[in-house]
Amino acid sequence: MKTVENRVVVTGLGIVSPIGVNLTDFNNSLKEGQSGITFRPELEKLNFSCQLGALPEISEEKKHAYFSELQLKNFNSSGILYGVIAGMDALADAKIAIADNDGEPLWDLGIIFGTGTSGIEKFRESIYKIDAGNVRRLGSTSVSQTMASGVSAYLGGLIGAGNLVTVNSSACATGTEALLLGYERIKNGHAKQILCGSTSDSGPYIWGGFDAIKVSNYKYNHAPEQVPGPMSEDAGGFIPGSGAGAYLLESLESAKNRGAKIYAEILGGSVNSGGQRNGGTMTAPNGTAIQRCIVNALAKSRVKAEEIDYINGHLTATIKDPDEIENWTKALRREGNNFPYINSIKGMVGHCLAASGSIEIVSALLQLQDNYIFPNVNCDKIHPRIEGLISSEKIPKQTIQKELRTIIKASFGFGDVNACAIFKKI
Amino acid sequence: MTTAEIYQKLEPIIKTYLPEDVNASEIKRDSDLTKQLNINSAHLVDIVLDIEDAFDVEFKNEDMEKLRTVDDTIAIIKKKITK
Repeated sequence: MKTVENRVVVTGLGIVSPIGVNLTDFNNSLKEGQSGITFRPELEKLNFSCQLGALPEISEEKKHAYFSELQLKNFNSSGILYGVIAGMDALADAKIAIADNDGEPLWDLGIIFGTGTSGIEKFRESIYKIDAGNVRRLGSTSVSQTMASGVSAYLGGLIGAGNLVTVNSSACATGTEALLLGYERIKNGHAKQILCGSTSDSGPYIWGGFDAIKVSNYKYNHAPEQVPGPMSEDAGGFIPGSGAGAYLLESLESAKNRGAKIYAEILGGSVNSGGQRNGGTMTAPNGTAIQRCIVNALAKSRVKAEEIDYINGHLTATIKDPDEIENWTKALRREGNNFPYINSIKGMVGHCLAASGSIEIVSALLQLQDNYIFPNVNCDKIHPRIEGLISSEKIPKQTIQKELRTIIKASFGFGDVNACAIFKKI
Repeated sequence: MTTAEIYQKLEPIIKTYLPEDVNASEIKRDSDLTKQLNINSAHLVDIVLDIEDAFDVEFKNEDMEKLRTVDDTIAIIKKKITK
């Protein structure tokens, strides 16, 4: 393989989200500003403060289109389910065929697919059996469903991937980090194609910890359609979500040789950590680190801040939203009416945690492709601190058509970790 | 329970774990589960769990070691239910 630096492009997308479990439905929902946030009776029964959630609907028929009957036997891992569907869809969208069953693996195709936990429902089931003295009844798949690398291992087998097959984990920065890890590997000539993305388990066992620290909004249990969205004055916490997003990364050379459709070039990016210093903690970001991450991403991409047409924010609908906007204005040195357009999908799909970055990257690339900016849902009254920093017209409340060329995405996660990537239409 | 009755109940359990390229008609009394029917060895534990549920018996580690063919399986089940 060559030692020169490869240019890296995205040639396939896949999505499993609360507002659509295929690209067409997801794209339409984005344009319509549809919300996937619903009341969850199971959370009410379990005494959750926030009884709302946003999760993908996967029919039995759809499950069987991706998994064999045998694979579905004793299967109880929503994160692997979502990740496999999104990943296989991205591969199909890129028109890449899986390896023959009795042939060689695809040596130049790898997988870097992130998650926060794996198979938490399966883990619970197993723990109950172990505590009852019944370890012998766990069955053959309790390891493969609960190991952190479960999702990449399932995908690796279905595809026949022969390059690096692994999982990354950096809380809510996971999806964007996965993209950048894949980008580096292709850029440096270690692989031609990498399926990247991230997934998150669904339900009370994954959402409970966030409910306990009161970062989710518990005041709208009976009005899920009215939960104040990111950047709004009344934003009082996120709604937990789940799903998966996936992207097939490929060297420009390989994409051109195949005549593949190209969504965008990844110009570059940056990952860093605030070290839980200077205001940064386990749960809060160090603002200086965020700004450095964005500035480094611009420098590595050789993009001037003025070239950015659109920001896909992290923006969770918590009290941290104004801080994020301030960090963007400082890092880009753009404010008021000179600030780029910005939105957050979390008003529609909630905060999909480890899957948030990848679902958001898919949403960003669909906007780039179709030249639009989806609306910020339930953001009628913008937070006054945000209004003091950037012009309110840069926060669309209805879908707007806008020619997009260069866009930026950032994700921030617990542990004070940051990831930022820049894409350009070519 | 006769051998035929046991086989009738056992065959659908084994069938569940056959790889996609092995047809159920290939299941014979003397078939080796992993070597001839190509069942993934990890699935032997699942077959045993399904047998335990279907026949209300419990396999010991030593029983697992003896389990090679369909006939071995029938013999173990027979011994357990006549106890």
